[in-house]
Amino acid sequence: MVIDEIHALAESKRGDQLMLALSRLEALCPGLRRVGLSATVEDPPALARYLAHGAHPCDILLADPGPDPDISMLEVSEPPPWSGGGAAYAIPAVLDQIKRHKTTLIFHNTRAQAEIFFHNLWLANDDALPIAVHHGSLDRAQRSRIEAAMTRGELRAIVCTGSLDLGIDWGDVDLVIQVGAPKTVKRLVQRIGRANHRYNAPSKALLVPANRFEVVECLAALQAVRDHDLDGETRGPGPRDVLCQHLLIRACAGPFDADELFNEVTGVGAYAGLPRAEFDACLTFCATGGYALRAYDQWQRLLQRDDGQWQLRDPRSARLIRMNIGTIQDSDTLKVRMKRARGGRPLGEVEEAFAATLSPGDTFLIGGQIVRFESLREMVVEVSRDAGRKPKIATFMGTKFATSTQLSERILGLLAQPDWPDLPAGIRDWLHLQRRVSEMPKAGHLLIESFAHDGREQTCIYGFAGRNAQQTLGLLITKRMEELGLAPLGFVATDYATLIWGLEAVTDAASLFDAASLRAGFESWLMGNAVMKRTFRASATIAGLIQRNSPSTRKSGRQAVMSSDILYDTLAKYDPGHLLLEITRQEAMRGLVDFGRIEEMLARVDGRISHRRLARVSPLAAPLLLEAGRTPVKGAAEEWLLAEETARLMQAAGLAG
Amino acid sequence: MIAALGAAACQGGQARPMTRRPCNDARIAPPRGMDGYSFTLAGAELTALASGALYWDAPNLLCVSDLHLGKAERRARLGEPPLPPYETRDTLGRLESDLRQTGAGTVICLGDSFDDSAAAAALPEAEKLWISKLQAGRRWVWIEGNHDPGPVDLGGTHMAELPVPPLVFRHIARSGQSGEVSGHYHPKVRLALRGRSLSRPAFLLDSNRVILPAYGTYTGGLFSHDAVLTSLMRPEALAILTGPMVHATPMPRRATLRP
Repeated sequence: MVIDEIHALAESKRGDQLMLALSRLEALCPGLRRVGLSATVEDPPALARYLAHGAHPCDILLADPGPDPDISMLEVSEPPPWSGGGAAYAIPAVLDQIKRHKTTLIFHNTRAQAEIFFHNLWLANDDALPIAVHHGSLDRAQRSRIEAAMTRGELRAIVCTGSLDLGIDWGDVDLVIQVGAPKTVKRLVQRIGRANHRYNAPSKALLVPANRFEVVECLAALQAVRDHDLDGETRGPGPRDVLCQHLLIRACAGPFDADELFNEVTGVGAYAGLPRAEFDACLTFCATGGYALRAYDQWQRLLQRDDGQWQLRDPRSARLIRMNIGTIQDSDTLKVRMKRARGGRPLGEVEEAFAATLSPGDTFLIGGQIVRFESLREMVVEVSRDAGRKPKIATFMGTKFATSTQLSERILGLLAQPDWPDLPAGIRDWLHLQRRVSEMPKAGHLLIESFAHDGREQTCIYGFAGRNAQQTLGLLITKRMEELGLAPLGFVATDYATLIWGLEAVTDAASLFDAASLRAGFESWLMGNAVMKRTFRASATIAGLIQRNSPSTRKSGRQAVMSSDILYDTLAKYDPGHLLLEITRQEAMRGLVDFGRIEEMLARVDGRISHRRLARVSPLAAPLLLEAGRTPVKGAAEEWLLAEETARLMQAAGLAG
Repeated sequence: MIAALGAAACQGGQARPMTRRPCNDARIAPPRGMDGYSFTLAGAELTALASGALYWDAPNLLCVSDLHLGKAERRARLGEPPLPPYETRDTLGRLESDLRQTGAGTVICLGDSFDDSAAAAALPEAEKLWISKLQAGRRWVWIEGNHDPGPVDLGGTHMAELPVPPLVFRHIARSGQSGEVSGHYHPKVRLALRGRSLSRPAFLLDSNRVILPAYGTYTGGLFSHDAVLTSLMRPEALAILTGPMVHATPMPRRATLRP
């Protein structure tokens, strides 16, 4: 059994599922040999434990890493903007690099950014160089065409996302450009490796910071690559939602003995420390739902026979379980097609939530072209071609990567330097000014700045905990501020800071960061937050409580599936100790909520908070004022928005009293 | 601050009375202490409550639709994943609170009260008792739905439909009827609000009929822009969104949301 790019699997639930499946194969075929391959491993012995079954030994072979990559920041005469992620300022310089190389891969962190960048690149492409865009939301046929053209050497550049991180080896790629800070060192190394597949020649790569702060981040990432200092998230114990699915799949294959299966499962590295009680709780969940109220036991899904073996009560449910195997969470997407009498060419997909905001005549970018929204028919977004107008941008939830802990530490280290000879003059001046008017964020300290701006009291928290954790911190701190009567109005988060604005000035910053009350906020009201519900939905789907696929779906329309939020609310109200809520809390330590990094930050800071009250905006806080993606403080806000919108619609329809 | 804004906006936005068709211009307040949207249908003064129940003051009548009690049991029986078995008590709890607030003397359950007849029979004893308790001292009518076509072993009267002039209560709307109160479709509405979209169960109403949202906890819904609903409802129909408060809006007829 050969597992390629094993480091990528080790970071995801796909990998956990694969290893559980391998434990089953091991039981059927003892002594099965496993080989894992990877070029980016930060901790080989840990990955060896992950790969090997049980106590089996695993040899680690280190190949010659080849020459160090030729990697630097792209030199652009114009300085990057203060905020944003488009990197439009670098278009001429990138185009120039494309002309000087055979084939260039231009990586972006998000699909939306790839679309916008490609659009701008195309507008500037006066020599009509053959260039293309490739990402996971494009139609499969279109992606295949681009890949084929690339293999034939017909394309000079491809603007892409993580969809080209792995797997495909382009013989002729001689330059990789990473637009935007790479967020993790490992991803950067992986992407650099896409260029030049001859092992004895260096890969060539250029970094394009999208804004000023990213210049610092890119420099930190460059140093990490040169130091061969890869980052990696330490993953907790094997996720129990994946285990639940494994138990159900195992039951589909025939009756099983719980003790034997427990031994099999604990032979998997990630599940080696699984307590028997947790295994049994998962088994109970699969069998009965595991509710505190024992109801309908005669209909349990798995039942224990007289000989002690477990089996499906109704063999027909095997079909349903098998239709729902997998751990990848698709967001609800709708297909996009050109409008034609018999159904036009498929272009790709957009998220349902985005489609819901479109009106006929709205335009958006997909696959590098501007299309006009015509209608939504039978769950297909029909569009027509529409050049020339400024597009609304298709939003893809995709993944917003957070800067890794290690990279954040490096950035703090960089900022601590007395001077920055490696940075462009404009950035150096900016950092020196920060040190003069306020202070530099330091490792082991938490810097908070307060100042009035725009008629609002602003508070900037430099947590360096990554985008997701800083977002969660914004939710928690504004909640605390509301309790303290500071009337917060909204906040915005980046990888390094959260900026909150409100009506009252923060005077006692330390009281906002009382660990116990933040934790209490996480446990109580944050559990009702939409991000938590999304986390729940993912786990409930993987664990088999929610089924995305059934023989009769592609819904008849009527009485469509109830939303997972209802299940979440019901469990939270009547069964707060339920396994799935426990799993949700654990998942929320990472991922979208990332509370674990808030805990980590609080531990690192350990009460050392410097609160600076400034006369005006500080240099480091300034970019946050321009940052998009502001979150209004919720609460009554949703009802208020609804009331406003329905009143407007009534007025427009001439129905208002 | 936010709360103050919210309150101010809601007072203005929630113009309860209607001044033109589909309903007449009577200004009726909802029952005291309850949030609702009042309107008249065929001369009957009705209030759509934020909970999703319909209240008719004159006969002191409360109408709820599509309770789908026992859904978790039925799903488990069919070999599907075991849902949290709390939906019946949650639904009954909300119904009890609506009954307490309105003091209704008559209750009409507009069909699909049970996820199927076997689910009705399998209700735990405590929940059957709870229903009896709610029924005590009230007139209680089970209208038959497509999920629960026969009588169930619980108190109350069973009827295919119930005329209470000038209205008629039935499970599924019939075109060409007027003064009709029905359920069945679980209507819901989606609105785009500054870049995000929000969907809520909703009453649909025009001069001929009102369609109730599903009252049961475990129920999905059908968007108002579905062809079956747009063809049933008159062009000037309104949607009354339920939730923490009621919000009235012209019934969205297209999958796209902004006019």
